[in-house]
Amino acid sequence: MSAVAQRHRRATDDPAWAKVLVIGTVLAFLALVLILPLVAVFAEALRKGVGAALAAVSNPDALAAVKLTLITAAIAVPFNAVFGLCASWAVAKHDFWGKSFLITLIDLPFSVSPVVAGLIYVLVFGLQGWMGEWLLDNDLKIIFAVPGIVLATVFVTFPFVARELIPLMQEQGTSEEEAAVSMGASGLYTFWRVTAPNVRWGLLYGVLLCNARAMGEFGAVSVVSGHIRGLTNTMPLHVEILYNEYDFVGAFAVAALLCLLAVVTLVLKTALEVAQPDVRAGRGGH
Amino acid sequence: MTISIRSVEKKFGRYPALNKVDLEIADGELLALLGPSGSGKTTLLRTIAGLEFPDEGQVLFHGEDVTYASAAARRVGFVFQQYALFKHMTVAKNIAFGLDVRKGKDKPSKAEIAQRVEDLLKLVELEGLGQRYPSQLSGGQRQRVALSRALAVQPSVLLLDEPFGALDAKVRKELRQWLRTLHHSINVTSIFVTHDQEEALEVAHRVVVMDKGRIEQVGSPSDVYDAPATAFVHGFIGESVMLPVEISGGAVHLKGRPLDLAAEGAAVGASTLFVRRHDMMIGPAGSGTLDGDITHVRSFGPVQRAEIALAEGMATIEIDAPRDRELRVGDRVGLKPRHYRIFAGG
Repeated sequence: MSAVAQRHRRATDDPAWAKVLVIGTVLAFLALVLILPLVAVFAEALRKGVGAALAAVSNPDALAAVKLTLITAAIAVPFNAVFGLCASWAVAKHDFWGKSFLITLIDLPFSVSPVVAGLIYVLVFGLQGWMGEWLLDNDLKIIFAVPGIVLATVFVTFPFVARELIPLMQEQGTSEEEAAVSMGASGLYTFWRVTAPNVRWGLLYGVLLCNARAMGEFGAVSVVSGHIRGLTNTMPLHVEILYNEYDFVGAFAVAALLCLLAVVTLVLKTALEVAQPDVRAGRGGH
Repeated sequence: MTISIRSVEKKFGRYPALNKVDLEIADGELLALLGPSGSGKTTLLRTIAGLEFPDEGQVLFHGEDVTYASAAARRVGFVFQQYALFKHMTVAKNIAFGLDVRKGKDKPSKAEIAQRVEDLLKLVELEGLGQRYPSQLSGGQRQRVALSRALAVQPSVLLLDEPFGALDAKVRKELRQWLRTLHHSINVTSIFVTHDQEEALEVAHRVVVMDKGRIEQVGSPSDVYDAPATAFVHGFIGESVMLPVEISGGAVHLKGRPLDLAAEGAAVGASTLFVRRHDMMIGPAGSGTLDGDITHVRSFGPVQRAEIALAEGMATIEIDAPRDRELRVGDRVGLKPRHYRIFAGG
């Protein structure tokens, strides 16, 4: 090793062969399970040229799927942002009976299979379900319609914002809130002027993750959607239908579009981390 | 404002944080709550502030019961240990917070608030820093911002939780003197919590020494230093040598050997002899002194410090002696306390 390399050595540095082995393993896995499929998606989409891919994406059914996906995310994400903010505030800044039970409930969508989540809504709101008759009488459609898709998406993306904010708020403690209250601020004023600004970057981060999941959700949505083309198909469902019909170019073109939406989300997330290094470290900063 | 604490009790789970605490605080007083961690001093301060509520007992402000009144209703200024400044607000916005939250005719005009912020910045010697953010200030500056934020609402009492705890030694010393001067000029009843005896003795008019949720002694700094009321206070304040002794027949015995000390009315039986380290005089060994052998001598500064292992083997005592006095390792010497106190119990 040269003198310069010696000087830059750190006490915790591992031997060169170990570094190569560990980093090599990680890169090999990434290439195999992430990069290769991603390349395959775009390669398949463009197999018959850019024109065919664009045609598949701009077909009315595909456009309807894109629209439905965006609408679903546009409802589910703000809903979960508000819920996550309220839930984390309650959990992190207050003590109450049944708190740990509430935390478990918030985590439930992580542990329940999305298919089960979808089935729950079919059981409750479906034609044969508990509320089926009442809904029919009042001409309300939830299952096999947009409201059901939104409900299922809200369910699976439930924990994202809350899980991001709870540790952040817990770490920040309650002394700023106590300071605000001791100076005469009301609970609501304290929340908007002190608590919320301290977690805004964490909130944005949670919203981005939530959005990525909301657009990509398949299982739960698949159960409640009914797969009606141009009406209740979201992008992931549309991909499946096209694939099952052996329309590979169409399926991969829509999949590529979905990938691009995800990539945009990830780019935003990375930009956020670069601009605000404290976000991942769990500190709000200003 | 006068504050009365009447047999206040507070438990956290099964752990008693305050145990029948009674305290009277005079108008305009500068009071220190001193004790080790877990002594209940911060809980007592937070109870006065309305940030904790007692299980039993009463808190009175000017004779009025405020035991369960909200922090806001009490008009207290509270300075938190880690400052608790609002990170996303400028220094000026931080200081103005207590005025900004007011509503209707209680709320001063924008110009009045700006003027008040300017005045406070001047008071805490931070003129021109109003547009900075807390993260751009040093620890000492943040502490002063926290103090001026607490003063902005013209509190009837100022409460400070370990106000200098997070600062380095030099800044601490400066801020201590500054706090005393500030208190003198604004003359608001002020209570601060500290575990640093030097801080309490140097700054406060009166010191409340606490241990295990109880008040051990209340008195002027010289009272608690020179006339400690309990064994705990003697051991906690100043550097004390503690020796287990026996009292019998009006004499003090160390391992059966009588010492040349009066029992001063101490009860017969096992007791503890407390002597401040600087009250130990070094002299020739002989009957009635605490005899021991010099095991170490170090000279630095104006004094030399000798370590003396007592012949009875129960302690090693460090004492300071003038440098011109000849002390050699291995010499047998006798120690005689100039002042001492005896508390019952081993």
